[in-house]
Amino acid sequence: MPHRIEVGFKLGIKDSLGESVKKRIIEDLNIPVDDVKTIDVYTIDANLSEEQLKILGENLFADPVTQVFDFDNPLAKDFDWLIEVGFRPGVTDNVGKTSKEAIEDILNIKANVYCSRQYLIKGNLKRELVEDIASKLLANPLIETWKIKSVGDKEIEIAIPEVKSGHEAEVREIDLDVDDEGLMKISRDRVLALSLEEMKTIRNYFKDPKVIEERKKFGLGGNPTDVELESLAQTWSEHCKHKIFNALIEYEEGGKKEIIDSLFKTYIKKSTDEIGKRVDWLVSVFNDNAGVIKFNDKWNLVMKVETHNSPSALDPYGGALTGIVGVNRDPFGTGMGARLIFNTDVFCFASPFYKKELPPRLMHPKRIFEGVRKGVEHGGNKSGIPTINGSIVFDDRYLGKPLVYCGTGGIMPSEINGKMSHIKEIANGDLAVMCGGRIGKDGIHGATFSSEELNENSPATAVQIGDPITQKKMFDFLLEARDLGLYKTLTDNGAGGLSSSIGELAQISGGCEIYLDKCPLKYAGLDPWEILLSEAQERMTVVVSPEKLKEFLELAKARGVESTVVGKFTDRKKFHVLYKNKTVAYLDMNFLHGGMSQMRLRAVWNAPKREEPAFECPENLTEDLKKILSRLNVCSKEHVVRQYDHEVQGGSVIKPLVGAQNDGPSDAAVIRPLLDSNEGVVVAHGICPKYGDIDTYNMAACAIDEAVRNAVAVGGSLERMAGLDNFCWCDPVKSEKTPDGEYKLAQLVRANKALYDCTTAFGVPCISGKDSMKNDYQIGDTKISIPPTLLFSVIGKIENVEKAVTMDVKNPGDLVYVLGMTKNELGGSEYYAMRGFVGNTAPAVDARGAVKMYNALSEAMKKGLVKSCHDCSDGGLGVALAESAFAGGFGMDIELKKVPVESVERDDAVLFSESQSRFVATVSPENKDEFESIMNGNVYARIGKVRNDKEFVVKGLKDNVVVKASIDELKEAWQKTLRW
Amino acid sequence: MRMNPKVLVLTGYGINCDIETQFAFNLAGGDAKRVHLNDIIHGKESLDDFHILAIPGGFSFGDDIASGRVLANKFKYNLRESVQSFIDEEKLILGICNGFQVMAKLGILPGFDKNYREQQVTLTFNDSGRFEDRWVHLKVNPESKCIFTRGIEKLYLPVRHGEGKFVSKDREIRNRLIQQNHVVVQYVDEDGKFAGYPWNPNGSENNIAGICDETGRIFGMMPHPEAFCHLTNHPRWTREKLEGEGDGLAVFRNAVQWVKEKF
Repeated sequence: MPHRIEVGFKLGIKDSLGESVKKRIIEDLNIPVDDVKTIDVYTIDANLSEEQLKILGENLFADPVTQVFDFDNPLAKDFDWLIEVGFRPGVTDNVGKTSKEAIEDILNIKANVYCSRQYLIKGNLKRELVEDIASKLLANPLIETWKIKSVGDKEIEIAIPEVKSGHEAEVREIDLDVDDEGLMKISRDRVLALSLEEMKTIRNYFKDPKVIEERKKFGLGGNPTDVELESLAQTWSEHCKHKIFNALIEYEEGGKKEIIDSLFKTYIKKSTDEIGKRVDWLVSVFNDNAGVIKFNDKWNLVMKVETHNSPSALDPYGGALTGIVGVNRDPFGTGMGARLIFNTDVFCFASPFYKKELPPRLMHPKRIFEGVRKGVEHGGNKSGIPTINGSIVFDDRYLGKPLVYCGTGGIMPSEINGKMSHIKEIANGDLAVMCGGRIGKDGIHGATFSSEELNENSPATAVQIGDPITQKKMFDFLLEARDLGLYKTLTDNGAGGLSSSIGELAQISGGCEIYLDKCPLKYAGLDPWEILLSEAQERMTVVVSPEKLKEFLELAKARGVESTVVGKFTDRKKFHVLYKNKTVAYLDMNFLHGGMSQMRLRAVWNAPKREEPAFECPENLTEDLKKILSRLNVCSKEHVVRQYDHEVQGGSVIKPLVGAQNDGPSDAAVIRPLLDSNEGVVVAHGICPKYGDIDTYNMAACAIDEAVRNAVAVGGSLERMAGLDNFCWCDPVKSEKTPDGEYKLAQLVRANKALYDCTTAFGVPCISGKDSMKNDYQIGDTKISIPPTLLFSVIGKIENVEKAVTMDVKNPGDLVYVLGMTKNELGGSEYYAMRGFVGNTAPAVDARGAVKMYNALSEAMKKGLVKSCHDCSDGGLGVALAESAFAGGFGMDIELKKVPVESVERDDAVLFSESQSRFVATVSPENKDEFESIMNGNVYARIGKVRNDKEFVVKGLKDNVVVKASIDELKEAWQKTLRW
Repeated sequence: MRMNPKVLVLTGYGINCDIETQFAFNLAGGDAKRVHLNDIIHGKESLDDFHILAIPGGFSFGDDIASGRVLANKFKYNLRESVQSFIDEEKLILGICNGFQVMAKLGILPGFDKNYREQQVTLTFNDSGRFEDRWVHLKVNPESKCIFTRGIEKLYLPVRHGEGKFVSKDREIRNRLIQQNHVVVQYVDEDGKFAGYPWNPNGSENNIAGICDETGRIFGMMPHPEAFCHLTNHPRWTREKLEGEGDGLAVFRNAVQWVKEKF
């Protein structure tokens, strides 16, 4: 008989969780409640004696100092409403899993444990409101269930959310001898995301007499099995094959036409190839799970950035958690495997203060925000990887889909046991070993689902919850095995599961066999195609040579990491899948990976014309500056940053929060990955979707310049800096659903042109990237498309971290400089947005000019001449000056007439134009001459001084005071918006 | 002793500050080895071969059920006797963050009257209800017998936890901790005075950040000394003239030095 152990806090002990839930019910849902308390419930599916239950309560589940427990008897009392939230069957229950292991330690019995939590609410509420609290805040119906009880209702019964299945595993043949409509129905119903042309290509393959003959030998017919069709759909998905980036595009602009054969090859790869001829530090680009560059003679750096947008829309916590632990596996699965040294995260949300009604299936942006934040917190912190850099961008179009970018960097010795660590070697006969978690139905169709817009059929199985500790254990074990030479190479199981991981590795040896019945499952009842395609988390596929297998499996056992041989690599050029010795898939490797045809698309660029704002320049800009500082895209994100461990691993040099009170906004991060060395890694990023409303060329150029600029601002240099491009677009393929596809595709083309132009000018090659092309929401007549968004991340090297610079001003009397030209570029600016305008003059980037200045600045920093340096971005010079001042704790005297400008005649334009490639720097008076002699030949000017008090004073072009405020007021304006 | 003192730095199951803790001990002159918990349980490694046991920070078992609880039970049900004899041999134990949580829940701290088996105190959810990464000022109790903080007056270190609020079982225990100088480090403001949040980042009673047993050889603390062993770890190193070495290193030097003198 199952038992329930319930644990609550002793009287007088603060229930912090209950209190924060209470706060959110009142603030976010606007429902008045008097009190919320919590009780944790552990349902144990085993026959246990009272004595045993007491032992577990005392020694495991309840803390004797702060908590009380009871078993098989409700602990809850003194409430008006009780909501109990538990998981749906099959959803990852990490606490349940740990409890099972812990019970085994204590009682030496194996028992499944299921966790749930009770919220005891006091307040005069109707049942409907309690339902609202459950569904809008406490539980997500896709993964959780809840029960509501009022005082008078009967007790909640014991429930065991185990997966019950009488289903016998079966393999079906899918009849493709149907008309076009029938083919598309198959594609839609199975969430294959295959086009009609692709469906026909698949049908034709299976009709090829040679194919028919070969398949006959294995008992297969003239139609694909579900295993084959699903594998093809997954392998050919937009998510895996980047069909749009590889399409043949006819691009039209101003009457001129141009044929682009693959955006990726024409712009991204071409840039990297060209730069690669000039530099000697590119090690492995675009052909593994992450890009690899040289750190020094002995070590390589590895980095990857991914998105997890669609899952985060459905379940923000689980989606973001799997996003971060998922991207961890990319650098980890690069070459022979890298130790992970940092995470980055960039989120795009609608305003958390969104007040309008929400379209169906969409969650409130604040709930998305908090869920995503917590998911990344748990994923990063529990994995022991510092989250060192990130940002949050707000635009209400991200209501359609939030963007969750997660990046991870790693470091690996350039040689491991005499082999180049970045090269994957696999021979015929090597074994495919699956390590880590088990397979369930979780995440099935993740790859194909994310290749479609969010619609009413978006599958709940795409939602899953990550388990950072299972992954951490696996990573610890694999690093140990790597250094002992127990395996040859490895890759991660992400999108497409084993089909993808083994299928892709098999390209190296030339074929594979997979034994699906050998795969460890979380529960019975999975069909073979589900086992192959499941995207269940925390799994790596490791290539082990037969002679090392015994030793590998022994170490796995000693480390408590489940590892199972699930396949074999061959050179037979076939993707061969078996289930209980019967062939269930038999595909040519060539067809699987290269069978689909190139898409042909058309793009037409017509620059949008927007209203040009016309208003007088205000005489006093103090209030405008404060309002801009308070805007969501500018304000302090300390609330989020503090909840991420940004210094675990002991190598933190420049933290996300800097300055006199440890609360100023750092431009970039610096870490020392090798604790016995002063060599450092600089990590930064740029993202500015707002300029894309005018021209995505500028948007992309600004993102790249911003990323590079941020890195340079802390002491990074262009000598060794690599980029990662992450495109998140709304569907750019013209169709009935997307009539403006040609324009959206032209936006994509223009962003790529900018990427080529800027990366080649900066000499910052892309080493890895990713695209997510279907960031739309469509249900009924409501369509919400995200603004086209490019995140550009950079990773660079700093020779000596002691030369790094932070953005906070340091001493009274220091000279304030602006570096770079200020132009009339208010289009897309925060200043215009505040007044409800977009405008037409988006900032343009002169990358070649910027290179010279960035190099001069780097030289000045190496000589220790720069006291502080801050990048000018959102909110322009005004925000950069104010942030530098209040972060350092001193005011400033600034004269706008000294700022170098080009066709700017208004104070507001000087202060708030968002012209690129600019910095605010401070230099001590004794270093003035040396600093200026290095900067000479570039656009720069001395525009003021750091004061010895807290006054922040800006004089306008006519010497009148246009801003006068205390830095405390400015800081308060900047901090108050998201101080939750 | 002439050899470098041997330090066992525990790893496995989600412990994650093991590499920098090992590095800190080595920098301090120790001979530190990272050892997986299972290798001790399965007898591949023995505590007997070491002078110092360090339980580093991290998220053992994901903080599931309660931070440190499940790892504490791993010790309790598998290694109780070897830990007891390690203590009896007058060796040193250091727990940092998750390690301190483990020690409190295992009962080896505060270890009143050398009873190292009964839980008297705990570390529970921060008053803020949140995980926080924040640097804190610590005042060292000059009356404390703690080996690890000898000669140190104050420390500036980061805390990085969601469950760091120190709570004693009852008033008697609380008083005894103070009166018998079990309290080693306390959260203070920049001027060394007790102050509320955020200086006391979690709401710990009596601002307690770390305690030791009555011998001073067993010490647990929530802040991370291993996270400040290089001057550039300091959040304001670019603006303050810092000299010498990171504050945290002294904790490890003290331990290593003491073993060298004693064994």
